[in-house]
Amino acid sequence: MIPDFIRVSVVALGLTTGIGWADEPFIIVQSTTSTQNSGLLDYILPGFEAETGIDVRVVAVGTGQAIRNAVNGDGDVLLVHAKPAEEQFVADGWGVERFDVMYNDFVLVGPKSDPANVKGGSDIVEALATVAGGEAPFVSRGDDSGTHKAEMRHWGAAGIDPTGASGTWYREAGAGMGATLNVASGMGAYVLTDRATWLSFGNRGDLEVLVEGDPRLFNQYGVTLVNPEKHPGVRATAGQRFIDWLIGPDGQAAIDSYMLDGQQLFFSNAK
Amino acid sequence: MLIWWYIVQGFAAEFNQALSLILNGDAELWAIVLLSLRVSIFAVLISAVIGMPIGAALAVARFPGRRVMIILVNALMGFPPVVVGLLVYLMLSRSGPLGVLELLYTPTAMIIAQVVLVTPIMAALTRQVVEMLAEEYSEQLRSLGVSRLASVPVLLWDARLALVTALLAGFGRAIAEVGAVIIVGGNINHVTRVMTTTIALETSKGNLALALALGVILIGLAVVVNAMVSTLTLRAEREGLRHA
Repeated sequence: MIPDFIRVSVVALGLTTGIGWADEPFIIVQSTTSTQNSGLLDYILPGFEAETGIDVRVVAVGTGQAIRNAVNGDGDVLLVHAKPAEEQFVADGWGVERFDVMYNDFVLVGPKSDPANVKGGSDIVEALATVAGGEAPFVSRGDDSGTHKAEMRHWGAAGIDPTGASGTWYREAGAGMGATLNVASGMGAYVLTDRATWLSFGNRGDLEVLVEGDPRLFNQYGVTLVNPEKHPGVRATAGQRFIDWLIGPDGQAAIDSYMLDGQQLFFSNAK
Repeated sequence: MLIWWYIVQGFAAEFNQALSLILNGDAELWAIVLLSLRVSIFAVLISAVIGMPIGAALAVARFPGRRVMIILVNALMGFPPVVVGLLVYLMLSRSGPLGVLELLYTPTAMIIAQVVLVTPIMAALTRQVVEMLAEEYSEQLRSLGVSRLASVPVLLWDARLALVTALLAGFGRAIAEVGAVIIVGGNINHVTRVMTTTIALETSKGNLALALALGVILIGLAVVVNAMVSTLTLRAEREGLRHA
């Protein structure tokens, strides 16, 4: 147990600073950089907050880290995009039940000069094999995120292990989507990105979309309540309310109405 | 200078936008600046309350292991913020020993992380200052019959200007730090988003304008802090001369 003096001093600290002890109910959502960097959550959350009075606090990290944080109990709801890893999360007992929420797609972007000559293709596996064959610079997330997992699946389908070339033409940024796009923009490299982050990204430089439309580039997002049986501190009622809203008509409509420069970034598909 | 010129040239549009955000008093921007100041000022004050007595004790007390402790405190000044962030996260996580306090992802968590970072600076700088003064006044204090430990409050009071310099140095470390606060604060909008974490976020979104605007404010704060340090040091030196 925690000694009383620590408890008392922490409460005193909270009182004197007057911050961090808000009265309003809130939940913590462990989510990914793509939902935040694209502006989607900033757009849809005020609707839920006004309706319920529940403040939604979003921690945006890579899918891998979001899941690990949720396993530690440091979040009430998990909103990420790596279905196999999410199903494992539920199977291991850390999550209650996973629901589909929405989808968009990944695209391969690269420099306009297109040294590997992959432009206009719609076969991601073939395009990656061409990039690797020509040893054209490619920047990977390298951070165990949903996008990184998807990228590794396509390399696997092409029968290539690019990590052997790490540090040469294959660069692992070990960073979020936006930071990785900044690297690719700076060095004129190819990079796999989700379309939402790409469309809302402000520093494209010489990059453009080169390969899109492959069904394998489908990008599904799911939402899961962290299991209160594993972590009694989980705000299960408020968290479930958020999930119900997100996969219900109001949340789904809000997702579909989010536009950037006239383009829809996410498509609702809750069942 | 040349580098600065290139930056301004290359990002002229962003730079103009940044300046207008600052000059127009953008509410969102200033809320972030205020939260940064509140978190770091509280962290520095708490660090002073913890670190200064430790530093003073290390300066005047004589006990076995004292030298080792001094080396340790000095080394802790260079503790990587990311590691501090990780340690505080592991403590405050719901799976951690202090999880029930529900402090993770709050400003209080960020204050705790900054206290861990800044306290060694307070202790080390205080130790140096007080040790020098203790040597200088050792005969006087002994002739007045003041014991070594009892002399601590007097020495601290005499060193007050130099200690303000320590406060400002600690504040500089706290306000500019990003690695620890982004882990334990979570960079949550309107709750734990401070200047440095916003700079990291906006850069990753390719929004160089807001990132640059906050960078300009951080540099401005650094200049103000340094100006205060040099003014105080100057005053302290003058008063020192008058005493002598």
